[in-house]
Amino acid sequence: MNKDEYQKLVKKYEPREDKLHNTIYAFLIGGTVGFIVEGLIVVLMNLYNLSRVVASTWTCLVVIFMASLFTALNFFDNWMTKAKAGLLLPTTGFAHSVTSSALDYKKEGLITGLGSNFFKLAGSVILYGILAAFVMVIVKVIIHG
Amino acid sequence: MTFIWAFIVAGLFCVVGQIILDNTKLTPGHVTTIFTVLGAILGFFGIYDKLIELAGGGASTIISNFGYLLYTGAYEGYQSAGILGIFTGMLTKGGAAIVGAIVFAAFLTLFFKPKD
Repeated sequence: MNKDEYQKLVKKYEPREDKLHNTIYAFLIGGTVGFIVEGLIVVLMNLYNLSRVVASTWTCLVVIFMASLFTALNFFDNWMTKAKAGLLLPTTGFAHSVTSSALDYKKEGLITGLGSNFFKLAGSVILYGILAAFVMVIVKVIIHG
Repeated sequence: MTFIWAFIVAGLFCVVGQIILDNTKLTPGHVTTIFTVLGAILGFFGIYDKLIELAGGGASTIISNFGYLLYTGAYEGYQSAGILGIFTGMLTKGGAAIVGAIVFAAFLTLFFKPKD
């Protein structure tokens, strides 16, 4: 059997992920998260008389707390695999990555385990987010003064 | 009406992310990073302001909002304190998410055990 035939054989038995199904799933779950977050913002605004900015910051913290708690309770991993991008792109994905790496490396010690692996996954979000924001502000300053 | 847009906007962001995940070799880490950078760029063009106005929580829950907050924080810092303001203002808005994630994750880690 030559290489091409082997590749074909591998492709035949590879588990095929239904892309359309995944996409619809991601849309529905991501949309639901957005819907719930908007609902929470409106509730907080009316209940405590907050401005929209303050209410959405509180909501962001609530979402991060819930995602961290569910991750610590061990069932958020399953949700993440099932929901695909639907839970990855909301803030839940960020919180999940921080909490799961914190839990995984706890046993290796506070400094060499927890401390140095805390931002293992979320670190790149912070790093490239800050770099991109810095570059864009510089560009904006050069253009508009 | 904001509720419907919240659903659609958040859903569409996730659809784009899912399409990238399905059709390229990029990992979830790549995708979240790309969307954060995209948020800063959309903030620069003034598009993300409009998205938040339109969809409220639907736009502010996506990770791109983090990049947008970094950008607006840094730019408002520049307007009030010049070049130094870019450095001091960068995390004024986006900091809540970082501090929240650190505090909640660290305290929850004390009380819970990882899966075997």
